[in-house]
Amino acid sequence: MIDTYLIPLLKILFVLNATLIGVTYMVLLERKVIAWVQVRLGPMRVGPYGVLQPIADAVKLILKEDITPTRADKWVFTAAPIIVMVPALITFAVIPFGPVVNLFGRQVSLAITDVNVGLLYIVSVASIGVYGIILGGWASNSKFPLLASLRASAQLISYEVAVTMTLVSLIMTAGTLSMVGIVNSQDTHRVWFLFVQPVAFVLFFIGGLAETNRAPFDMAEAEQELTGGFHTEYSGMRFALFFLAEYANMIVVSSVATTLFLGGWLAPFSHVSWLAFLGYVPGWIWFLTKTFVFLYIFLWVRATLPRYRYDQLMRLGWKVLIPVAIANVVATGIVKVLLLR
Amino acid sequence: MLHAIAFYVLSFFILGFAVLVISTRNTVHSVLYLVLNFLAIAALYVLLTAQFLAVIQVLVYAGGIVVLYLFVVMLVNLKRPPEDHSAPQRHAWIGFALAGVVLAELGGILVMGRVAPQPGPNMEMSDLALHNVERIGMLLYTDYLIPFELASMLLLVAMVGAIILAKREL
Repeated sequence: MIDTYLIPLLKILFVLNATLIGVTYMVLLERKVIAWVQVRLGPMRVGPYGVLQPIADAVKLILKEDITPTRADKWVFTAAPIIVMVPALITFAVIPFGPVVNLFGRQVSLAITDVNVGLLYIVSVASIGVYGIILGGWASNSKFPLLASLRASAQLISYEVAVTMTLVSLIMTAGTLSMVGIVNSQDTHRVWFLFVQPVAFVLFFIGGLAETNRAPFDMAEAEQELTGGFHTEYSGMRFALFFLAEYANMIVVSSVATTLFLGGWLAPFSHVSWLAFLGYVPGWIWFLTKTFVFLYIFLWVRATLPRYRYDQLMRLGWKVLIPVAIANVVATGIVKVLLLR
Repeated sequence: MLHAIAFYVLSFFILGFAVLVISTRNTVHSVLYLVLNFLAIAALYVLLTAQFLAVIQVLVYAGGIVVLYLFVVMLVNLKRPPEDHSAPQRHAWIGFALAGVVLAELGGILVMGRVAPQPGPNMEMSDLALHNVERIGMLLYTDYLIPFELASMLLLVAMVGAIILAKREL
């Protein structure tokens, strides 16, 4: 009873809350980091160094008037932000935050579940998120959101192909689709897959930037051209859902990248004897640290790089990323068959 | 018991969404019901411990193909509002004939009684749940190698065909 219902329920509750709090603080961190890059202070008024800013933001967004345009498709307009947010959150079901730990005399795995098709599950759930963006733009019944949503969905579909092809080479290296299995495989191979599949890592990160609609690929929110993007007509909490889903997706991409390429909860170089003391740090702290590094790179990229032009983006996706990903799959196969027999 | 309840609830949703797909006037809504239908079918696959099939169903159909449908439908809608067809009943007899054929097929399956899932040799259900992907991979590359290769050839031909159609001059 406790093992089948209570513990999974508690895990889900904990992970959802932690994610949502993490998302709101990502917004603050982004404002801070960008401010520091631009030699400003960022939010400083609410709480010491602005640490309570997310709460003030949430109160403001909830109190704003919730507008639905007159000629909008009401049901689809309401559903779109939810369709964007839900896939971002349910992805965390298969992400392992740590190894099996002993908690109050019980063996508890620090992942909500470990399914045999974990990585495919993440890819497929992420592909559902596209609907929210298309529908949000379409249901607004307004020109610029529609243009933005067409751009965004074309971009997401193109980069989805590249990312999935990239993951194939990683799956070939790991020999499993289970997220826990991939981490364990890095443990038994005694190396993070970052060093085995560096090309896949670079492709995955570029694809991840594009999949989350982040700079330099944030074409869907190009203010100068589209007066805001696919969520122009949204206000209040519905707008906030789109906004928060973007950050939740950043956390998803970062934690997937950590699991696939940086050994998840494993301590760095855990097989080097004089670095064994790093193993005393609990696994979930390593996981969160590595994820945070990725999140920081996301912000860093946004503060540093200018936006791509739309045709450049498409050319990069179809003519560079996809061919390189396919070549990487073929190379991985050849190496695996010829050299590692 | 729980299994049966889940099955009937899911079947209800699958059939309900299927009816809504063809009865809704707004084409975009119709496509959305199709997505919900596909998701419910994926849930049914999970119930049958076919997780791989479920995930592929979501990835390929719900997340891939229907997005392209939606593109087409949205762009068509943009140009002119959906208008009533002049004579919707014009092709009714084709529909009735097709429905009759499908009904006869379903009846045939029921009479022959081949619906019960038949696990292959050396395959336990619990084993299937744990090693879903591996088992499917083994079957595809041993027993069903030729159908698998034929299907991939077909997809390749379709892809080349699409490129030729899209390029005005080669």
